[in-house]
Amino acid sequence: MSADNQLTRAQCNDLRTIAAMIVPASDEYKVPGADDPAIQADILATLGRDTALVRQALDHLARLADQPLAELDPAKRDAVAQEFRSSGGAAAATLVRVVLQCYYRDDRVLRSLGLELRAPFPKGYVLEDGDWSLLDPVRARPASLRRAP
Amino acid sequence: MKDPVDVLIIGAGASGAAVAWSLAETKMHILCLEQGGWMNPAEYPSTGRDWEAKFYGEWSSSPNVRGRPEDYPINDDNSPIKVVNYNAVGGSTVMYTAHWPRLHPSDFKVRTLDGVADDWPIDYDALTPFFEENDRMMGTSGLSGDPLSPLTHPPMPQQPLGLSGAIIGKAMNRLGWHWWPSDTTVATMDYEGRARCINLGHCTPACAQGAKSSTDITYWPHAVRAGVELRTHCRVREITTDENGMATGVVYYDKDGVEQFQPAHVVIIACNGVGTPRLLLNSASNRFPNGLANSSGLVGKNLMFHPYAQIYGYVKEPTDSNRAPPTCLWSKEWYDTDLSRGFVRGYGVQFVRGAGPVFEAVVSEQKGILPWGADHHRVFRKLNGHRLGFSAICEDLPEEHNQVTLDPVLKDSHGIPAPRIDYTISENSRKMMEHALARGREILETAGATDICVNSPIPWGGWHLLGTARMGTDPERSVVNEWGRSHDVKNLFIVDGSVFVTSGGVNPTSTIQAIALYVADQMKQRLANLFD
Repeated sequence: MSADNQLTRAQCNDLRTIAAMIVPASDEYKVPGADDPAIQADILATLGRDTALVRQALDHLARLADQPLAELDPAKRDAVAQEFRSSGGAAAATLVRVVLQCYYRDDRVLRSLGLELRAPFPKGYVLEDGDWSLLDPVRARPASLRRAP
Repeated sequence: MKDPVDVLIIGAGASGAAVAWSLAETKMHILCLEQGGWMNPAEYPSTGRDWEAKFYGEWSSSPNVRGRPEDYPINDDNSPIKVVNYNAVGGSTVMYTAHWPRLHPSDFKVRTLDGVADDWPIDYDALTPFFEENDRMMGTSGLSGDPLSPLTHPPMPQQPLGLSGAIIGKAMNRLGWHWWPSDTTVATMDYEGRARCINLGHCTPACAQGAKSSTDITYWPHAVRAGVELRTHCRVREITTDENGMATGVVYYDKDGVEQFQPAHVVIIACNGVGTPRLLLNSASNRFPNGLANSSGLVGKNLMFHPYAQIYGYVKEPTDSNRAPPTCLWSKEWYDTDLSRGFVRGYGVQFVRGAGPVFEAVVSEQKGILPWGADHHRVFRKLNGHRLGFSAICEDLPEEHNQVTLDPVLKDSHGIPAPRIDYTISENSRKMMEHALARGREILETAGATDICVNSPIPWGGWHLLGTARMGTDPERSVVNEWGRSHDVKNLFIVDGSVFVTSGGVNPTSTIQAIALYVADQMKQRLANLFD
């Protein structure tokens, strides 16, 4: 059974709603929100070992909201979200983490951050050698290694 | 029944690899049993776009989170610091930061110098040739001449200073405090078949480039070529003994889960500070009812972790973030005892260059500095790529109540009782951590950092597993003698971090391997009367 089949339609809806509350879309930064269909699909496809805790978090969210999160008025929705984060423990932290880890590997988001769309290997990165004259004051210190008897 | 081997080594990590390689020149039949397998660098996280996410799952540093078949569970509920390790050929050198300080000469004489804990039965000078040999074998980079560290001769130049290093160096100079480029096991040039570092950044969970030294690509190829047999996916359950109290071999489960007995004339344990006491305690018998080699009652006692006090913040200038090895500089400014600070002993510091975007988002959200909602994007851009970190490695003094025992319920996949950790941070360590955090804050603020956050201790920071089978000359106060041989079982040796008497304030792998080479050398010198 795939991960998306392990969440109910109502849970998927709440996940999408809470994801948009964590990271909304932004015209200013030209990025989608975490409720974007591609990001949601990535989340559901890669839940894997996090599925149980995310389901637990969504159950907790459903209890707090008592109806679909999207149908709450904004003030009530914000209050539920705050309560969810403060009382949700490891399950809520896991849900937030899976949202963020999928959001911050999306091509559109990385492009907006000025990051390259690739794995670190095999190209790697260039690191400037730097100005080692900064070390001169330390070199000038007398050696003072504590002696052992 | 299998033919007996001359030497059986349990564990193919940092110390097991070193002792195997050193003993290979004897031409004895040497066998190493390792519960993990050979690693495949093509599968390392930095080869994929999801490289950061993997650190939260299959590449977690915690065996309890990772849960690979090669791992065993650890009950560390009763410890504020959780055990982290890796189980494979190469052991935890596959998954470490490659920071490479060594213990100082004064670390071997803490009772004499500071009136606490115990002196080691060996001194720094006894290990010096083995530190040097190990640095050549592991391939270290660094800069000789640090006025506050033991003299080293790294065969490769130090890592670049980079953006982060320059910011830290300027701040430390303004404060008049010591800093120096760290010795590391990151190859800064092509070295002994290893390619130079290309700054993949994600060093800790294994290096796809092979620039970070791990014993699967350093010692083991040499040891295997020299004739050492390495049998993987073999988990040792217990060491067996005869009526004379000598080790006769081990019972292990092979890759198919079939119980096997491997006889041996000499057994060497290289499972580090949790795995080694677990194995000794699981080897209890009628003759050794409290566990093997445990007449002192000290097997599993005196666990030392090194509580890490970490503080970090964000500067306006860009830092190296994930585009460089994470550790680049150290400071020994507060390494030695100064009682005016309110604690005895001291700590080393490692500076951290930064973090990748996923890690930054997840951790900053948890810390409450990255908000949900419309302001998320602005704040994230202020944080991401601007982090600088300071981690103090606080010397943990030995206390018998900090211990590894066998969990009465938890077992591994072979039904072998799992280790249980009971550990508290001492008052001395707490004062040391507070001192370190205050110094770290001064440094960060001098560098212009804001949004300063603290992890003290780093909860998933139990990398350094030390002291649980300590060495000494008194059989009532130690588990092994001054050259690593069990006081109780004359053909049983321990070569890993569990033999540490005190922990120093630095990452221990360099010293662990120097000890392993030293013990191997002692064995070679004493072959004619090894069991006397």
